[in-house]
Amino acid sequence: MTQTARTPRTPPRSPDSRKSKGAAKARPSRGIDLALVWRVTTALAAVVIALAVLLPLIWMVLASLRPEQDIVSAPPTLWPRSFTLEHYADIWQELPFATLYRNTIVFAGTVTVVSLLFDSMAAYALARLRFRGREAVFVIVLIMLMLPFQITLVPLYDLLNNLGLVNSFTGMIVPRATNAFGIFFLRQFFLSLPKDLEEAARVDGASEWRIYWRVVLPLARPALLTLGLFHFQFNWNDLLWPLIMTSDTSRATLPAGLSLFMGQHVTQYGLLLAGAVLSLLPVIVLFLLIQRSFVQGIATTGLK
Amino acid sequence: MTTPATAQPGAAEPGAARRGATQRGGATQRGGAATARTAGAWRPLRSRRTQRGRQTRAAWLFLAPSLTALAVFVVWPMFQAAYLSFTDYNLMQAASWVGLENYRRLLDDPEAWNALENTLVYAAVSTPVSVVLALALALFLNRSMALRGFLRTAVFLPFVVSLGVVSIAWAFLLDADIGLLAHWLSGVGVTTQQGWLEDPSYAMPAVIAVGVWKNLGFYMVMYLAGLQGIPPELHDAARVDGASAWQRLRRVTWPLLANQTMLITIMAAIGTLQAFDQIYVMTHGGPFFQTETLVVFTYRMGFERNEFGYAAAVSWVLLVLVFALSMLQFGYFRRRAVTL
Repeated sequence: MTQTARTPRTPPRSPDSRKSKGAAKARPSRGIDLALVWRVTTALAAVVIALAVLLPLIWMVLASLRPEQDIVSAPPTLWPRSFTLEHYADIWQELPFATLYRNTIVFAGTVTVVSLLFDSMAAYALARLRFRGREAVFVIVLIMLMLPFQITLVPLYDLLNNLGLVNSFTGMIVPRATNAFGIFFLRQFFLSLPKDLEEAARVDGASEWRIYWRVVLPLARPALLTLGLFHFQFNWNDLLWPLIMTSDTSRATLPAGLSLFMGQHVTQYGLLLAGAVLSLLPVIVLFLLIQRSFVQGIATTGLK
Repeated sequence: MTTPATAQPGAAEPGAARRGATQRGGATQRGGAATARTAGAWRPLRSRRTQRGRQTRAAWLFLAPSLTALAVFVVWPMFQAAYLSFTDYNLMQAASWVGLENYRRLLDDPEAWNALENTLVYAAVSTPVSVVLALALALFLNRSMALRGFLRTAVFLPFVVSLGVVSIAWAFLLDADIGLLAHWLSGVGVTTQQGWLEDPSYAMPAVIAVGVWKNLGFYMVMYLAGLQGIPPELHDAARVDGASAWQRLRRVTWPLLANQTMLITIMAAIGTLQAFDQIYVMTHGGPFFQTETLVVFTYRMGFERNEFGYAAAVSWVLLVLVFALSMLQFGYFRRRAVTL
């Protein structure tokens, strides 16, 4: 995936173009034509597949830009018969949309920052410090990696309910403050860092906290960025947990809030779709910005 | 990076670092840091036991926040779920012990069996479909071609967006009256009387399709990583020996992707056992419970009907299923860790 973003259109130099070269060698007279036909065919196939995959997103954007009657008129069409921005203007009044947006930012943002801190602290201990029980702690983390979070749902709700934390940011955020996956992910990365700087600092008498904060964390910036996007995307998109933890829209996040409106405001399709588009936008933009390291992060965690 | 830490310890240190240092009872620590130059001269002479003790103390302090949170919000709830599954807890009154009653009820409950069946059908259909499609896409995208980066991004994008939100669009697209996809499908002769999500025989395939659509890009990327790990010489050698493209796929690529396939299959299976978002938004488990999976059933029992004891019992059935699969994955991880 690495070279994709930078060199998508330089086939002759990329290593996996041997096939077309081989074909050209075998039939020098018609090789160029065949290669060209092949390139056009695959490019067309790529466009068709991409459009098919993106259809729901494309349709959603286009539908959010058409008047209400146009959405519900038969036969349905992909391209709007007329355009309007009214849904985007109205949504802020008609739905508590600003609240939903703010809630999602607070929830996903706080969880990301807090869990990056706690995950990296735990990962530092597991990867860089020597102590008795280290293996045992790591195995426990691995086991937790496998637990389906749904199992804990009922008692967790019960616990937070007894503490009076249902429908509060604290109740939503604190159980997400750390994450077995994050600890595992960062531990793997920390293990790969060179020991020299850290040992120099230790000989100089720096405290472990300072080594972690000033030496290891700055070196781990790419991993932190990737994990941060993981956390942010996961929590921004999460439906089940915010759905359970919120009893009204004052604390609901976008997926939970919109799925509620899906049931209630069946007549206001345009608003719902404009809200859906707006709620997807930040994650899509973030992904396109950090695409490479994100995708690489997935590929490498899959391998480790 | 060490320069600010050693040169100006007091001035540049953020508040958090200061607290971390003092927390560890480091009066001597701070003294040591302040006189970094001289400390460097004698510190290595200190006994290894002190070094070791220092690291142990630091390690547990670093682990404390995470381990506390995991204990309170993961480990305890898990055991509490086990306890609740033997009670009739309903949030309103104290739990009373009912022994195996919930599990006995589970055995006799056609709705629970239905949910289990739907979950297994969902996993059994969507796992192989995801794996095959992901492999096909990865093979297609592993060669050099125009628009390759664009296609990779497009296929990966569904994985990034909220399934709960995009399921809204899918519900519209499959609607009987205003659904564009339903309209197109009827144009090529694939019709349903009531609309895809209202038709009991089509709702499950529709929900599965959306689940596959969501995760396809993720598995594709993992396959691409695997494909890029295959040394090109192997294919060259096979080509020289006159192997056809199919033979090379069958005899070279596929065997070398066995690890990837195994990992992706287990991950896909675990993921599908926990399907919730697309079902909740698109069908709510309907029509006639045709798409109700175990997680949706747990949600309905626990959070819509307040039968928490029963919901906990159902969730333990899910735990057993997922844990069995996870152990496979764990064993696999360990085996690979040795070979790497």
